[in-house]
Amino acid sequence: MTFLALFRKELQSYFVSPLFYVVAAVFLCLSGYYFYTDLIFFVTFGFGMNILENFWQLLLVDLRLVMLLSLPMLTMRLFAEEKKLGTIELLLTYPVRDGELFLAKFAACGAVFGIMLAGTLLYPIYVHVLQPFPWVPLIAGYLGLFLLGLSFIACGIFVSALTESQVVAGMATIGILLLFWILSWNEAATSPQLLRALIHLSMFDHFQTFAHGVIDAQDVAYFVFFVSFFSFLTLRVLEARKWRGGR
Amino acid sequence: MIEIEHLHKSFGSTRAVQDVSFTVKRGEIIGLLGPNGSGKTTIMRILTGFFPPNAGAARVAGFDAADQSLALRRKIGYLPENVVLYPDMRVRGFLAFCADVRRINGTRKRRRIEAVMHDCGLREVADRLMGTLSKGYRQRTGLAQALLHEPEVLILDEPTVGLDPRQIIEIRSLIRGLRGRTTVLLSTHILPEVSMTCERVVIIDRGRIVAEDSAAALSRRVEGDDRTLVRVDGPAAEVRRGLDAVPGVERIEAADGIGDVDATAGTCSFIVHSNAGEPVRKAIAAAVVGHGWGLIEVRPLALSLEDLFVRLVTTEAVGPLP
Repeated sequence: MTFLALFRKELQSYFVSPLFYVVAAVFLCLSGYYFYTDLIFFVTFGFGMNILENFWQLLLVDLRLVMLLSLPMLTMRLFAEEKKLGTIELLLTYPVRDGELFLAKFAACGAVFGIMLAGTLLYPIYVHVLQPFPWVPLIAGYLGLFLLGLSFIACGIFVSALTESQVVAGMATIGILLLFWILSWNEAATSPQLLRALIHLSMFDHFQTFAHGVIDAQDVAYFVFFVSFFSFLTLRVLEARKWRGGR
Repeated sequence: MIEIEHLHKSFGSTRAVQDVSFTVKRGEIIGLLGPNGSGKTTIMRILTGFFPPNAGAARVAGFDAADQSLALRRKIGYLPENVVLYPDMRVRGFLAFCADVRRINGTRKRRRIEAVMHDCGLREVADRLMGTLSKGYRQRTGLAQALLHEPEVLILDEPTVGLDPRQIIEIRSLIRGLRGRTTVLLSTHILPEVSMTCERVVIIDRGRIVAEDSAAALSRRVEGDDRTLVRVDGPAAEVRRGLDAVPGVERIEAADGIGDVDATAGTCSFIVHSNAGEPVRKAIAAAVVGHGWGLIEVRPLALSLEDLFVRLVTTEAVGPLP
């Protein structure tokens, strides 16, 4: 099947290049350090308090930053490299729908991110061995992280489709994602009405609910919309070659 | 098999293709000839469904390039101008990937991969990373992926660029071997390539068709103009007058120092233009000997395809060759 062939090719290209291993190593090292320091903090100051609110929530929120820095490194090459090499011309003259190509890249990057995220499951397992705690709220938190990651990926692929330069794609993605983070962070700089609108737009405010261990349909809908919106934009960019020319 | 009607394509204010129309019959090998930047690649990208034309229509195997691009892309094999492949894939793995995308599987997949690797001489590099391949092997891998699914129409953008002379001969005979079975449209800016591989030639310049004719008719046209190189040991001015007096001679130009003509002291060289078909060479030889000069060389000069091309392109004559 065409999609499977493309998906396998994308996945393979991650595992044959050193980039994935470097990104995964940095991701796991940084999140491991966060885990270690947050745990020490909890043990020192919060012992006997609610572990969910005083430890897992902090860790999940910290992991966002690590994801913000590492996921653009995984998405930046997806279209930019094919455009730079010129292989996009070959692919687009094959009987492949633009949508299949996009979906293969999105799914492969999502799978790679899933593997990296699964690596961090070591921490709750370790803590559970030391001291059992309620799992279910943490699962909601992980679902939130995964949805957040998919949103990062959708945005990153869109930026990658705009340029031939991987560095430009990576930097611009970090910029856009950071903006979605800090939209609502300074109440003083905005009017109350605007702030309410910005909170609705801010990715990290929607993530907060998940970190509290709650799966709210409204927040799930937000991430689904975010991913769909950037997927739509990416497909429009791919289509643009038809009226703009060039590749 | 390929029908192009009044095709137009512009990029911004640059008009890449203007009112180009031609057709290619099933099993025909046709050459698209033109200097760099004349619109060859643009025409090919339209035919492969990469982008649609601004106006006009292109159909391959009955499918419209703009509206039925997906069905059309199943029918064609395309070798892009700059063959760039995934540097971290192996040749065999890449061809397997191409087969999967084209939904070729099972024994046919294995059989076709082996067949194209054999035809394109890729057996010895089957397990090499494509990033380490030389330009020639990359070109041949590109050709292999275009042939993989036994397409009805093959579109080759400068198929022999970057190959060494022996490889060029191999690839040309491979393309000639497809005659009758596969419709081939190939572009080139190398003129002899056209006469060696193609049955028909479309010459384009600055986005327009300048001439369209069969390769045989082109060669006839090339041979039609009779020019003779004469090298004589004698006084230049007198020799020129003497040659001018030979019946059938139209015009004489000095040839000293032109091309491969050896300007040895004491001899003089001329290019004698004569009416096609008139046996002037015998008369020239007789005249030279009759004057008592030393006849060193008499040989026919063919009008090369290059001359023809330059003539066509500079006069901007539109339409079939006279």
